[in-house]
Amino acid sequence: MSTNAQVVPRRFAAAVDARIPAHGTRRGPVSIGHLEPAHLGVPKVGLSEICLSYRTQSGERLLALDHINLQVQAGEFVCIVGPSGCGKSTLLHLIAGLHSQSSGQILVDGNPVEGTGTDRIMIFQDHGLFPWLTVGENVEFGMKMKGVPKAERRDKTEYYLQLVHLAKFENSYIHQLSGGMRQRVAIARALATEPDVLLMDEPFAALDAQTRDLLHDELERIWTQTGRTIIFVTHNVREAVRLGDRVVLMTFRPGRVKNEFPIELPRPRSLEDPEVAVTARAVLDELRDETNRSLEAEYKNGMKPRISPGAAE
Amino acid sequence: MKRALRFIVFYSALLGLWTLLAELKIWPPYLFPSPWGVAQALYGGFQDHTYWIAIRVSMQRVLLGYGISVLLGMALGLGVASNKFLEETMGGLLVSLQSLPSICWWPLALLWFGLNQNAILFVVIMGSLLSVTLAMEDGRKQMPKIFGQAGRNLGAKGFKLFWYVLLPASLPFIVSGLKQGWAFAWRSLITAEMLYLSLGLGQVLMMGRDLNDMSAVIAVMLLIIAIGYVVDGVVFKGMERHLQNKWGLTPAS
Repeated sequence: MSTNAQVVPRRFAAAVDARIPAHGTRRGPVSIGHLEPAHLGVPKVGLSEICLSYRTQSGERLLALDHINLQVQAGEFVCIVGPSGCGKSTLLHLIAGLHSQSSGQILVDGNPVEGTGTDRIMIFQDHGLFPWLTVGENVEFGMKMKGVPKAERRDKTEYYLQLVHLAKFENSYIHQLSGGMRQRVAIARALATEPDVLLMDEPFAALDAQTRDLLHDELERIWTQTGRTIIFVTHNVREAVRLGDRVVLMTFRPGRVKNEFPIELPRPRSLEDPEVAVTARAVLDELRDETNRSLEAEYKNGMKPRISPGAAE
Repeated sequence: MKRALRFIVFYSALLGLWTLLAELKIWPPYLFPSPWGVAQALYGGFQDHTYWIAIRVSMQRVLLGYGISVLLGMALGLGVASNKFLEETMGGLLVSLQSLPSICWWPLALLWFGLNQNAILFVVIMGSLLSVTLAMEDGRKQMPKIFGQAGRNLGAKGFKLFWYVLLPASLPFIVSGLKQGWAFAWRSLITAEMLYLSLGLGQVLMMGRDLNDMSAVIAVMLLIIAIGYVVDGVVFKGMERHLQNKWGLTPAS
């Protein structure tokens, strides 16, 4: 944490004069120019032996996450896919510090996670923007909580709104925006607190296909420009392959890491690239068993004891 | 325009009927005053400053009492909503207490605080506290969880989380409770003032009775209605409209 604090201003500077080619050919975890060398040895986020169990309403114990091990390097874009109910969203909530695991350890820069922290910001599927604030105030919110001076807040709000092409909407309210615009505000709001890690929980799942394609491009561009570490949860394999440096496949309940696929396709990518489709096919084949198990459970119970992140609250 | 016309027709008919009944002199004027008499009483009351003073005193009391019960009620409601033990124990107690008219606290208040302002204040607070508490408890539960999560995620903790996230997030759900709390506070105040010589509107009303001056009684009743209506129409309607504009929804009220 202490080392991060020094990095932040430089980060911002690096992002501001983002002369890094908008769509560079960078690939894989190690090509991060502006990170401290000290970070390279330690993974940005390290999950070791994470277990999480719930007690359901009927009183039985349910193992949601089973010995998850995962290491994410600084600047890496990791996508986690799995059938619904595999606990992938829950995993993000654990990293965000919104809930705590039953056992195991989550390390960020080698330090154990204790509660929430603005070094890890979550982007939710239903965006979680505050409807009582304007777009600008939403983006400013995290900085305000951190006690960032007003003038600096204004500058950064403007900068990040420009980054997501929404500068004109600074004074609009959330309900006046389309779904895609809301998700872009959520991205700007998350980036404005200058987190090291962006945790994205099916952020584009509720959007129409065209909007989603556009946001994929934007996210890839923003990621290249800002060099953040991104952990992206989705049930859409094509999306995962199109975006990620690596795709992590999780099993249906209890959630385990079933396999990891490094994606070494050149960027920028597109959802329609044949290579993306071919790679996605390979991942899908492995996912199919898990999806079937998920569906079976659903049919058998009539209603599945859904593991929603909110359930633990 | 049509609406305004309907209003005019309705209220002139009402006034006409009233005047007619008064003019027929079925009852003596001191029992059934004419609209003109009430208007004169209103004019006189404002002229000699009695009503101005009464309104000021009553407003000060109700604002103080209501303010305290809003703050207390929000804290209580949040506590009850976020603590399972409190919810199971105190939740039921709060609901059952709500069936108690607040003036029932008057004898206790007299013993505890003496015959003074504080006793009145206590009755006002007891009148509105429960509505606010229950509304806040409900609002906290209805409020989408994601706001709290997003707030914590963005670094809001403790009081900041309450003030900048939980409170504004629950406002659309508690505004009708706040409104109800205000109505209870206002009624409790007038009732308490009628029981104790205290300068407020309630006392002026009782004074009318003591002097057998029904014009004055009705004049004060009109004042009480008018103030309640204005606060409801201006403050709370304004708040609701403001929330609607921001949230882009129609609050459930």
